[in-house]
Amino acid sequence: MKTFAELDFPGRLIAVEGLDGSGKSTQIYLLKRWLEAEGVRVYFSEWNSSELVKSATSKGKKRELLTPTTFSLIHATDFADRYERHLLPLLRAGYIVLCDRYIFTAFARDVVRGCPPAWVRGMYNFAALPDLTFFFKADLEVSLNRILDGRPKLKFFEAGMDLRLSPDPYESFRIFQGRILEQYLAMSTEFNFVVMDANQRVEAQQGVVRQLVSERIDLSRFKRESPLPLPPPMRQKAGLLDLDDDPAE
Amino acid sequence: MKKNNHHNHIVVPRPGRRRFYGHGIPGVLPKELVGKLIVVEGADGSGRSTQIAALVESLETSGHATVQVGLKRSTLVSEELERAQEGNILSRTTLGLFYATDFADQLENIILPALKAGFIVLADRYIYTLMARDMVRGMDEAWLKNLYGIALEPDAVFYLEVEAEELVQRNLAKNATLDYWESGMDLGLSRDVFDSFVQYQTAMQAAFRQLQKTYGFTIVNGNRSVVAITGELRKKIGAVLEGK
Repeated sequence: MKTFAELDFPGRLIAVEGLDGSGKSTQIYLLKRWLEAEGVRVYFSEWNSSELVKSATSKGKKRELLTPTTFSLIHATDFADRYERHLLPLLRAGYIVLCDRYIFTAFARDVVRGCPPAWVRGMYNFAALPDLTFFFKADLEVSLNRILDGRPKLKFFEAGMDLRLSPDPYESFRIFQGRILEQYLAMSTEFNFVVMDANQRVEAQQGVVRQLVSERIDLSRFKRESPLPLPPPMRQKAGLLDLDDDPAE
Repeated sequence: MKKNNHHNHIVVPRPGRRRFYGHGIPGVLPKELVGKLIVVEGADGSGRSTQIAALVESLETSGHATVQVGLKRSTLVSEELERAQEGNILSRTTLGLFYATDFADQLENIILPALKAGFIVLADRYIYTLMARDMVRGMDEAWLKNLYGIALEPDAVFYLEVEAEELVQRNLAKNATLDYWESGMDLGLSRDVFDSFVQYQTAMQAAFRQLQKTYGFTIVNGNRSVVAITGELRKKIGAVLEGK
Protein backbone atom coordinates (compact mmCIF):
# COMPACT_ATOMS: atom_id res chain seq x y z
CA MET A 1 0.00 0.00 0.00
CA LYS A 2 1.25 3.44 -0.92
CA THR A 3 0.43 7.00 0.10
CA PHE A 4 -1.13 9.49 -2.29
CA ALA A 5 2.21 11.31 -2.54
CA GLU A 6 3.93 8.04 -3.47
CA LEU A 7 1.28 7.48 -6.12
CA ASP A 8 2.02 10.94 -7.58
CA PHE A 9 -1.36 12.42 -6.78
CA PRO A 10 -1.23 16.21 -6.76
CA GLY A 11 -3.41 16.28 -3.61
CA ARG A 12 -2.63 15.14 -0.08
CA LEU A 13 -4.74 13.27 2.45
CA ILE A 14 -4.55 13.86 6.18
CA ALA A 15 -6.46 11.52 8.50
CA VAL A 16 -7.25 11.61 12.19
CA GLU A 17 -7.91 8.46 14.16
CA GLY A 18 -8.64 7.72 17.78
CA LEU A 19 -11.33 6.60 20.18
CA ASP A 20 -14.65 8.40 20.52
CA GLY A 21 -13.99 11.22 22.95
CA SER A 22 -10.29 11.54 22.12
CA GLY A 23 -10.84 15.05 20.73
CA LYS A 24 -9.80 14.15 17.17
CA SER A 25 -12.84 15.74 15.53
CA THR A 26 -12.15 19.04 17.31
CA GLN A 27 -8.56 18.97 16.15
CA ILE A 28 -9.33 18.25 12.51
CA TYR A 29 -12.02 20.94 12.53
CA LEU A 30 -9.48 23.48 13.80
CA LEU A 31 -6.98 22.30 11.20
CA LYS A 32 -9.59 22.82 8.50
CA ARG A 33 -10.34 26.35 9.74
CA TRP A 34 -6.65 27.21 9.61
CA LEU A 35 -6.11 25.78 6.12
CA GLU A 36 -9.17 27.62 4.83
CA ALA A 37 -7.89 30.87 6.30
CA GLU A 38 -4.57 30.21 4.58
CA GLY A 39 -6.42 29.97 1.28
CA VAL A 40 -5.69 26.29 0.79
CA ARG A 41 -8.02 24.13 -1.28
CA VAL A 42 -9.34 21.84 1.42
CA TYR A 43 -12.13 19.27 1.69
CA PHE A 44 -13.38 17.56 4.81
CA SER A 45 -14.87 14.06 4.83
CA GLU A 46 -16.40 12.11 7.70
CA TRP A 47 -16.62 8.37 8.28
CA ASN A 48 -19.98 6.82 7.57
CA SER A 49 -21.47 9.75 5.70
CA SER A 50 -22.23 8.57 2.16
CA GLU A 51 -25.78 9.61 1.31
CA LEU A 52 -26.36 6.58 -0.82
CA VAL A 53 -25.48 3.99 1.72
CA LYS A 54 -26.87 5.87 4.70
CA SER A 55 -30.38 4.51 4.54
CA ALA A 56 -29.18 0.90 4.53
CA THR A 57 -26.71 1.55 7.33
CA SER A 58 -29.22 3.27 9.57
CA LYS A 59 -31.85 0.61 8.93
CA GLY A 60 -29.30 -2.09 9.73
CA LYS A 61 -28.33 -0.35 12.93
CA LYS A 62 -31.81 0.56 14.12
CA ARG A 63 -33.20 -2.87 13.54
CA GLU A 64 -30.01 -4.54 14.77
CA LEU A 65 -29.74 -6.51 11.55
CA LEU A 66 -25.98 -6.29 11.28
CA THR A 67 -23.52 -9.08 11.95
CA PRO A 68 -19.75 -8.47 12.16
CA THR A 69 -19.47 -9.37 8.46
CA THR A 70 -22.29 -7.17 7.18
CA PHE A 71 -21.29 -4.37 9.56
CA SER A 72 -17.84 -4.47 8.00
CA LEU A 73 -19.14 -4.71 4.42
CA ILE A 74 -21.64 -1.89 4.69
CA HIS A 75 -19.02 0.46 6.11
CA ALA A 76 -16.62 -0.55 3.34
CA THR A 77 -19.38 0.23 0.83
CA ASP A 78 -19.90 3.63 2.41
CA PHE A 79 -16.17 4.30 2.36
CA ALA A 80 -15.81 3.16 -1.26
CA ASP A 81 -18.60 5.50 -2.33
CA ARG A 82 -16.94 8.50 -0.69
CA TYR A 83 -13.53 7.38 -1.88
CA GLU A 84 -14.42 6.94 -5.53
CA ARG A 85 -16.83 9.83 -5.91
CA HIS A 86 -15.25 12.49 -3.68
CA LEU A 87 -11.79 11.74 -2.37
CA LEU A 88 -10.17 10.49 -5.57
CA PRO A 89 -11.32 13.30 -7.86
CA LEU A 90 -10.43 15.92 -5.23
CA LEU A 91 -6.99 14.43 -4.75
CA ARG A 92 -6.53 14.36 -8.50
CA ALA A 93 -7.47 18.04 -8.56
CA GLY A 94 -4.86 18.93 -5.97
CA TYR A 95 -6.95 19.31 -2.83
CA ILE A 96 -5.89 18.70 0.73
CA VAL A 97 -8.43 16.21 1.95
CA LEU A 98 -9.06 15.89 5.66
CA CYS A 99 -10.62 12.67 6.88
CA ASP A 100 -12.20 12.25 10.29
CA ARG A 101 -11.44 8.52 10.49
CA TYR A 102 -10.03 6.51 7.61
CA ILE A 103 -9.50 2.80 6.89
CA PHE A 104 -7.79 2.26 10.26
CA THR A 105 -11.13 2.72 11.99
CA ALA A 106 -12.40 -0.31 10.10
CA PHE A 107 -9.18 -2.22 10.71
CA ALA A 108 -9.61 -1.70 14.47
CA ARG A 109 -13.38 -2.08 14.86
CA ASP A 110 -14.00 -4.95 12.49
CA VAL A 111 -11.17 -6.99 13.96
CA VAL A 112 -12.50 -6.40 17.50
CA ARG A 113 -15.84 -7.67 16.17
CA GLY A 114 -14.15 -10.89 15.07
CA CYS A 115 -13.55 -10.36 11.36
CA PRO A 116 -10.24 -11.81 10.15
CA PRO A 117 -7.64 -9.00 9.88
CA ALA A 118 -6.37 -10.21 6.47
CA TRP A 119 -9.91 -10.16 5.07
CA VAL A 120 -10.62 -6.63 6.29
CA ARG A 121 -7.32 -5.26 5.05
CA GLY A 122 -7.68 -6.99 1.70
CA MET A 123 -11.13 -5.47 1.26
CA TYR A 124 -9.78 -1.94 1.77
CA ASN A 125 -6.66 -2.36 -0.34
CA PHE A 126 -8.19 -0.30 -3.15
CA ALA A 127 -7.56 2.76 -0.96
CA ALA A 128 -4.21 4.52 -0.81
CA LEU A 129 -2.67 5.36 2.56
CA PRO A 130 -2.93 8.86 4.04
CA ASP A 131 0.08 11.11 3.64
CA LEU A 132 -0.22 11.98 7.30
CA THR A 133 -2.17 10.17 10.01
CA PHE A 134 -2.63 11.64 13.48
CA PHE A 135 -3.59 9.20 16.18
CA PHE A 136 -5.08 10.91 19.23
CA LYS A 137 -4.08 8.84 22.18
CA ALA A 138 -5.88 9.73 25.37
CA ASP A 139 -6.02 7.66 28.54
CA LEU A 140 -8.88 5.24 28.13
CA GLU A 141 -10.59 6.67 31.22
CA VAL A 142 -10.38 10.22 29.88
CA SER A 143 -12.01 9.25 26.55
CA LEU A 144 -14.64 7.16 28.28
CA ASN A 145 -15.49 9.92 30.73
CA ARG A 146 -15.83 12.50 27.95
CA ILE A 147 -18.43 10.30 26.30
CA LEU A 148 -20.07 8.80 29.35
CA ASP A 149 -20.16 11.81 31.70
CA GLY A 150 -23.56 12.94 30.57
CA ARG A 151 -24.84 9.34 30.75
CA PRO A 152 -25.86 9.60 27.10
CA LYS A 153 -28.06 6.98 25.50
CA LEU A 154 -25.48 4.75 23.84
CA LYS A 155 -26.54 3.17 20.60
CA PHE A 156 -26.46 -0.61 20.30
CA PHE A 157 -23.54 -0.96 17.89
CA GLU A 158 -21.73 2.09 19.25
CA ALA A 159 -21.57 0.40 22.63
CA GLY A 160 -20.44 -2.86 21.01
CA MET A 161 -23.56 -4.56 22.42
CA ASP A 162 -23.53 -6.96 19.46
CA LEU A 163 -20.40 -8.52 20.96
CA ARG A 164 -22.27 -9.52 24.12
CA LEU A 165 -19.43 -8.24 26.28
CA SER A 166 -21.75 -7.15 29.04
CA PRO A 167 -25.51 -6.71 29.42
CA ASP A 168 -24.81 -3.17 30.67
CA PRO A 169 -24.30 -0.79 27.71
CA TYR A 170 -21.86 1.41 29.66
CA GLU A 171 -19.74 -1.51 30.76
CA SER A 172 -19.92 -2.96 27.24
CA PHE A 173 -18.77 0.39 25.80
CA ARG A 174 -15.80 0.46 28.19
CA ILE A 175 -14.63 -3.02 27.26
CA PHE A 176 -15.25 -2.41 23.55
CA GLN A 177 -13.31 0.88 23.49
CA GLY A 178 -10.45 -0.71 25.42
CA ARG A 179 -10.14 -3.41 22.77
CA ILE A 180 -10.23 -0.87 19.95
CA LEU A 181 -7.47 1.09 21.64
CA GLU A 182 -5.33 -2.07 21.71
CA GLN A 183 -5.87 -2.50 17.96
CA TYR A 184 -4.91 1.11 17.25
CA LEU A 185 -1.74 0.82 19.30
CA ALA A 186 -0.80 -2.39 17.50
CA MET A 187 -1.13 -0.61 14.11
CA SER A 188 0.63 2.57 15.16
CA THR A 189 4.17 1.75 13.95
CA GLU A 190 3.13 -0.19 10.88
CA PHE A 191 1.16 2.74 9.47
CA ASN A 192 3.40 5.57 10.70
CA PHE A 193 0.83 7.17 12.97
CA VAL A 194 1.83 10.48 14.47
CA VAL A 195 0.85 9.75 18.04
CA MET A 196 -0.67 12.81 19.70
CA ASP A 197 -0.95 13.24 23.44
CA ALA A 198 -4.69 13.81 23.59
CA ASN A 199 -4.57 14.52 27.31
CA GLN A 200 -3.04 17.92 26.50
CA ARG A 201 -5.00 21.15 26.11
CA VAL A 202 -6.81 21.70 22.81
CA GLU A 203 -4.57 24.65 21.85
CA ALA A 204 -1.36 22.82 22.62
CA GLN A 205 -2.41 19.89 20.44
CA GLN A 206 -3.51 22.15 17.61
CA GLY A 207 -0.14 23.88 17.70
CA VAL A 208 1.59 20.53 17.18
CA VAL A 209 -0.84 19.54 14.42
CA ARG A 210 -0.34 22.78 12.45
CA GLN A 211 3.42 22.63 12.92
CA LEU A 212 3.60 19.08 11.59
CA VAL A 213 1.28 19.73 8.67
CA SER A 214 3.33 22.71 7.53
CA GLU A 215 6.56 20.74 7.89
CA ARG A 216 5.38 17.70 6.00
CA ILE A 217 3.31 19.38 3.31
CA ASP A 218 4.36 22.35 1.21
CA LEU A 219 1.14 24.29 1.72
CA SER A 220 2.02 27.01 -0.80
CA ARG A 221 1.44 24.43 -3.53
CA PHE A 222 -2.18 23.98 -2.47
CA LYS A 223 -3.26 27.60 -2.30
CA ARG A 224 -5.92 28.91 -4.59
CA GLU A 225 -4.71 31.39 -7.18
CA SER A 226 -6.70 34.11 -5.49
CA PRO A 227 -8.41 34.38 -2.12
CA LEU A 228 -11.96 33.05 -1.90
CA PRO A 229 -14.52 35.59 -3.09
CA LEU A 230 -16.38 37.16 -0.18
CA PRO A 231 -20.11 36.55 -0.02
CA PRO A 232 -22.12 39.54 -1.21
CA PRO A 233 -23.10 41.87 1.63
CA MET A 234 -26.71 41.76 2.76
CA ARG A 235 -27.46 45.32 1.65
CA GLN A 236 -26.63 44.56 -1.94
CA LYS A 237 -28.95 41.57 -1.92
CA ALA A 238 -31.76 43.73 -0.56
CA GLY A 239 -31.09 46.21 -3.32
CA LEU A 240 -31.54 43.56 -5.97
CA LEU A 241 -34.83 42.54 -4.46
CA ASP A 242 -35.97 46.15 -4.60
CA LEU A 243 -35.26 46.23 -8.29
CA ASP A 244 -37.31 43.08 -8.81
CA ASP A 245 -40.16 44.66 -6.97
CA ASP A 246 -40.22 47.53 -9.40
CA PRO A 247 -40.12 46.15 -12.94
CA ALA A 248 -40.74 49.59 -14.41
CA GLU A 249 -37.18 50.67 -13.54
CA MET B 1 -41.24 -40.90 -9.56
CA LYS B 2 -44.17 -42.88 -10.89
CA LYS B 3 -41.94 -45.69 -12.04
CA ASN B 4 -40.36 -45.86 -8.61
CA ASN B 5 -41.88 -48.54 -6.42
CA HIS B 6 -40.17 -47.30 -3.31
CA HIS B 7 -42.44 -44.35 -2.63
CA ASN B 8 -41.40 -44.26 0.95
CA HIS B 9 -37.71 -44.49 0.31
CA ILE B 10 -36.35 -41.02 0.82
CA VAL B 11 -32.65 -40.39 0.40
CA VAL B 12 -31.10 -38.77 3.44
CA PRO B 13 -28.30 -36.59 2.06
CA ARG B 14 -24.85 -37.83 3.00
CA PRO B 15 -22.34 -35.34 4.28
CA GLY B 16 -19.76 -34.16 1.77
CA ARG B 17 -16.73 -31.95 2.10
CA ARG B 18 -17.77 -28.68 3.74
CA ARG B 19 -15.65 -25.56 3.77
CA PHE B 20 -15.64 -21.84 3.28
CA TYR B 21 -13.59 -20.45 0.42
CA GLY B 22 -11.64 -18.22 2.77
CA HIS B 23 -12.00 -17.27 6.42
CA GLY B 24 -15.76 -17.70 6.23
CA ILE B 25 -18.14 -16.21 8.77
CA PRO B 26 -16.86 -15.71 12.33
CA GLY B 27 -18.30 -18.34 14.67
CA VAL B 28 -19.84 -20.64 12.04
CA LEU B 29 -18.66 -24.26 12.02
CA PRO B 30 -18.84 -25.81 8.55
CA LYS B 31 -19.58 -29.30 9.86
CA GLU B 32 -22.85 -28.09 11.40
CA LEU B 33 -24.14 -27.20 7.95
CA VAL B 34 -25.72 -30.53 7.16
CA GLY B 35 -28.01 -29.43 4.31
CA LYS B 36 -26.93 -29.06 0.70
CA LEU B 37 -26.21 -25.90 -1.24
CA ILE B 38 -26.90 -26.06 -4.94
CA VAL B 39 -26.18 -23.09 -7.19
CA VAL B 40 -27.50 -22.37 -10.66
CA GLU B 41 -25.60 -19.66 -12.52
CA GLY B 42 -26.17 -18.12 -15.90
CA ALA B 43 -27.23 -14.94 -17.69
CA ASP B 44 -30.82 -13.70 -17.88
CA GLY B 45 -32.48 -15.93 -20.43
CA SER B 46 -30.21 -18.89 -19.73
CA GLY B 47 -33.11 -20.79 -18.17
CA ARG B 48 -32.03 -20.45 -14.54
CA SER B 49 -35.46 -19.79 -13.06
CA THR B 50 -37.09 -22.53 -15.11
CA GLN B 51 -34.50 -25.05 -13.99
CA ILE B 52 -34.72 -24.01 -10.35
CA ALA B 53 -38.50 -24.35 -10.41
CA ALA B 54 -38.13 -27.84 -11.89
CA LEU B 55 -35.53 -28.78 -9.26
CA VAL B 56 -37.69 -27.55 -6.38
CA GLU B 57 -40.53 -29.63 -7.76
CA SER B 58 -38.50 -32.82 -8.02
CA LEU B 59 -36.63 -32.34 -4.73
CA GLU B 60 -39.77 -31.66 -2.71
CA THR B 61 -41.56 -34.60 -4.31
CA SER B 62 -38.61 -36.71 -3.22
CA GLY B 63 -39.03 -35.54 0.37
CA HIS B 64 -36.44 -32.78 0.65
CA ALA B 65 -37.16 -29.40 2.19
CA THR B 66 -35.94 -26.55 0.01
CA VAL B 67 -35.20 -22.85 0.36
CA GLN B 68 -34.52 -20.48 -2.52
CA VAL B 69 -32.23 -17.48 -2.51
CA GLY B 70 -31.12 -15.07 -5.20
CA LEU B 71 -29.20 -11.85 -5.64
CA LYS B 72 -30.57 -8.53 -4.46
CA ARG B 73 -33.12 -10.07 -2.12
CA SER B 74 -31.66 -9.15 1.29
CA THR B 75 -33.65 -7.32 3.93
CA LEU B 76 -30.63 -5.16 4.65
CA VAL B 77 -29.78 -3.49 1.36
CA SER B 78 -31.95 -4.75 -1.53
CA GLU B 79 -34.10 -1.58 -1.74
CA GLU B 80 -31.12 0.74 -1.50
CA LEU B 81 -29.25 -1.29 -4.10
CA GLU B 82 -32.21 -1.09 -6.44
CA ARG B 83 -32.45 2.68 -6.00
CA ALA B 84 -28.73 3.19 -6.50
CA GLN B 85 -28.84 1.17 -9.70
CA GLU B 86 -31.73 3.14 -11.11
CA GLY B 87 -29.64 6.28 -10.94
CA ASN B 88 -26.49 4.42 -12.03
CA ILE B 89 -24.46 6.62 -9.73
CA LEU B 90 -22.34 4.13 -7.84
CA SER B 91 -18.84 3.52 -9.04
CA ARG B 92 -17.56 0.00 -9.50
CA THR B 93 -15.92 -0.70 -6.12
CA THR B 94 -18.95 0.70 -4.31
CA LEU B 95 -21.44 -1.30 -6.35
CA GLY B 96 -19.30 -4.41 -5.91
CA LEU B 97 -19.21 -3.99 -2.13
CA PHE B 98 -22.93 -3.18 -2.00
CA TYR B 99 -23.68 -6.47 -3.75
CA ALA B 100 -21.29 -8.27 -1.41
CA THR B 101 -23.22 -6.82 1.55
CA ASP B 102 -26.47 -8.07 0.06
CA PHE B 103 -24.92 -11.49 -0.44
CA ALA B 104 -23.48 -11.66 3.09
CA ASP B 105 -26.81 -10.68 4.62
CA GLN B 106 -28.58 -13.54 2.84
CA LEU B 107 -25.72 -15.94 3.52
CA GLU B 108 -25.89 -15.35 7.27
CA ASN B 109 -29.62 -14.96 7.65
CA ILE B 110 -31.00 -17.48 5.17
CA ILE B 111 -28.44 -19.82 3.63
CA LEU B 112 -26.46 -20.83 6.72
CA PRO B 113 -29.47 -21.26 9.07
CA ALA B 114 -31.28 -23.30 6.39
CA LEU B 115 -28.24 -25.53 5.89
CA LYS B 116 -27.96 -25.99 9.64
CA ALA B 117 -31.58 -27.10 9.66
CA GLY B 118 -30.84 -29.62 6.91
CA PHE B 119 -32.58 -27.85 4.02
CA ILE B 120 -31.52 -28.00 0.42
CA VAL B 121 -30.76 -24.44 -0.55
CA LEU B 122 -31.17 -23.54 -4.22
CA ALA B 123 -29.33 -20.39 -5.09
CA ASP B 124 -30.43 -18.51 -8.20
CA ARG B 125 -26.92 -17.11 -8.82
CA TYR B 126 -24.15 -16.93 -6.27
CA ILE B 127 -20.78 -15.21 -5.86
CA TYR B 128 -19.60 -16.21 -9.35
CA THR B 129 -21.98 -13.85 -11.15
CA LEU B 130 -20.95 -11.07 -8.77
CA MET B 131 -17.28 -11.79 -9.35
CA ALA B 132 -17.66 -12.09 -13.13
CA ARG B 133 -19.54 -8.77 -13.32
CA ASP B 134 -16.83 -7.04 -11.30
CA MET B 135 -14.04 -8.65 -13.33
CA VAL B 136 -15.59 -7.46 -16.58
CA ARG B 137 -15.56 -3.99 -14.99
CA GLY B 138 -11.83 -4.25 -14.34
CA MET B 139 -11.78 -5.22 -10.67
CA ASP B 140 -8.86 -7.24 -9.44
CA GLU B 141 -9.53 -10.98 -9.22
CA ALA B 142 -7.41 -11.40 -6.08
CA TRP B 143 -9.37 -8.62 -4.36
CA LEU B 144 -12.63 -10.36 -5.24
CA LYS B 145 -11.33 -13.70 -4.07
CA ASN B 146 -10.51 -12.24 -0.67
CA LEU B 147 -13.84 -10.43 -0.46
CA TYR B 148 -15.82 -13.57 -1.21
CA GLY B 149 -13.73 -15.68 1.15
CA ILE B 150 -16.82 -15.31 3.35
CA ALA B 151 -18.74 -17.62 1.00
CA LEU B 152 -19.47 -21.27 1.62
CA GLU B 153 -18.35 -23.69 -1.07
CA PRO B 154 -21.55 -25.10 -2.60
CA ASP B 155 -22.13 -28.82 -3.01
CA ALA B 156 -22.79 -28.25 -6.70
CA VAL B 157 -22.62 -25.31 -9.08
CA PHE B 158 -24.16 -25.46 -12.52
CA TYR B 159 -23.36 -22.71 -14.98
CA LEU B 160 -25.89 -22.63 -17.79
CA GLU B 161 -23.90 -21.42 -20.74
CA VAL B 162 -25.89 -20.04 -23.65
CA GLU B 163 -24.51 -18.31 -26.74
CA ALA B 164 -24.87 -14.52 -26.58
CA GLU B 165 -26.88 -14.45 -29.83
CA GLU B 166 -29.28 -17.03 -28.42
CA LEU B 167 -29.60 -14.99 -25.19
CA VAL B 168 -30.62 -11.97 -27.27
CA GLN B 169 -33.39 -13.98 -28.90
CA ARG B 170 -34.66 -15.36 -25.61
CA ASN B 171 -34.62 -12.00 -23.84
CA LEU B 172 -36.39 -10.24 -26.69
CA ALA B 173 -38.97 -13.01 -26.96
CA LYS B 174 -39.68 -12.65 -23.25
CA ASN B 175 -39.45 -8.90 -22.58
CA ALA B 176 -39.24 -7.31 -26.04
CA THR B 177 -36.29 -5.33 -24.67
CA LEU B 178 -32.74 -5.86 -23.43
CA ASP B 179 -32.04 -4.97 -19.78
CA TYR B 180 -29.63 -2.05 -19.24
CA TRP B 181 -27.39 -3.92 -16.78
CA GLU B 182 -27.55 -7.29 -18.51
CA SER B 183 -26.38 -5.42 -21.62
CA GLY B 184 -23.50 -3.88 -19.68
CA MET B 185 -24.55 -0.43 -20.89
CA ASP B 186 -22.71 1.19 -17.94
CA LEU B 187 -19.45 0.06 -19.55
CA GLY B 188 -19.92 2.15 -22.67
CA LEU B 189 -18.97 -0.71 -24.97
CA SER B 190 -21.38 0.52 -27.61
CA ARG B 191 -24.23 3.00 -27.75
CA ASP B 192 -26.22 0.34 -29.53
CA VAL B 193 -27.87 -1.83 -26.87
CA PHE B 194 -27.87 -4.90 -29.13
CA ASP B 195 -24.13 -4.69 -29.82
CA SER B 196 -23.42 -3.87 -26.20
CA PHE B 197 -25.44 -6.89 -25.01
CA VAL B 198 -23.58 -9.30 -27.27
CA GLN B 199 -20.16 -7.89 -26.36
CA TYR B 200 -20.96 -7.81 -22.65
CA GLN B 201 -22.37 -11.33 -22.48
CA THR B 202 -19.40 -12.64 -24.43
CA ALA B 203 -17.08 -10.97 -21.91
CA MET B 204 -19.14 -12.43 -19.04
CA GLN B 205 -18.75 -15.91 -20.50
CA ALA B 206 -14.99 -15.42 -20.69
CA ALA B 207 -14.99 -14.28 -17.03
CA PHE B 208 -17.01 -17.36 -16.03
CA ARG B 209 -14.58 -19.62 -17.89
CA GLN B 210 -11.75 -17.90 -16.04
CA LEU B 211 -13.49 -18.39 -12.67
CA GLN B 212 -14.25 -22.00 -13.54
CA LYS B 213 -10.52 -22.71 -13.41
CA THR B 214 -10.41 -21.62 -9.77
CA TYR B 215 -13.80 -22.76 -8.53
CA GLY B 216 -14.30 -25.83 -10.70
CA PHE B 217 -18.04 -25.58 -11.29
CA THR B 218 -19.95 -27.57 -13.87
CA ILE B 219 -20.52 -25.86 -17.20
CA VAL B 220 -23.85 -26.97 -18.61
CA ASN B 221 -24.67 -26.50 -22.27
CA GLY B 222 -27.75 -24.28 -21.96
CA ASN B 223 -28.51 -24.21 -25.68
CA ARG B 224 -30.39 -27.51 -25.33
CA SER B 225 -34.06 -28.16 -24.48
CA VAL B 226 -35.37 -27.48 -20.97
CA VAL B 227 -36.12 -31.17 -20.43
CA ALA B 228 -32.66 -32.29 -21.49
CA ILE B 229 -31.04 -29.83 -19.08
CA THR B 230 -33.37 -30.72 -16.20
CA GLY B 231 -32.49 -34.39 -16.75
CA GLU B 232 -28.79 -33.65 -16.50
CA LEU B 233 -29.17 -31.49 -13.39
CA ARG B 234 -31.39 -34.02 -11.60
CA LYS B 235 -28.93 -36.80 -12.24
CA LYS B 236 -26.02 -34.75 -10.96
CA ILE B 237 -27.91 -33.54 -7.89
CA GLY B 238 -28.93 -37.11 -7.14
CA ALA B 239 -25.24 -38.00 -6.97
CA VAL B 240 -24.57 -35.02 -4.70
CA LEU B 241 -27.28 -36.12 -2.26
CA GLU B 242 -25.72 -39.55 -2.08
CA GLY B 243 -22.47 -37.90 -1.10
CA LYS B 244 -20.71 -38.69 -4.37
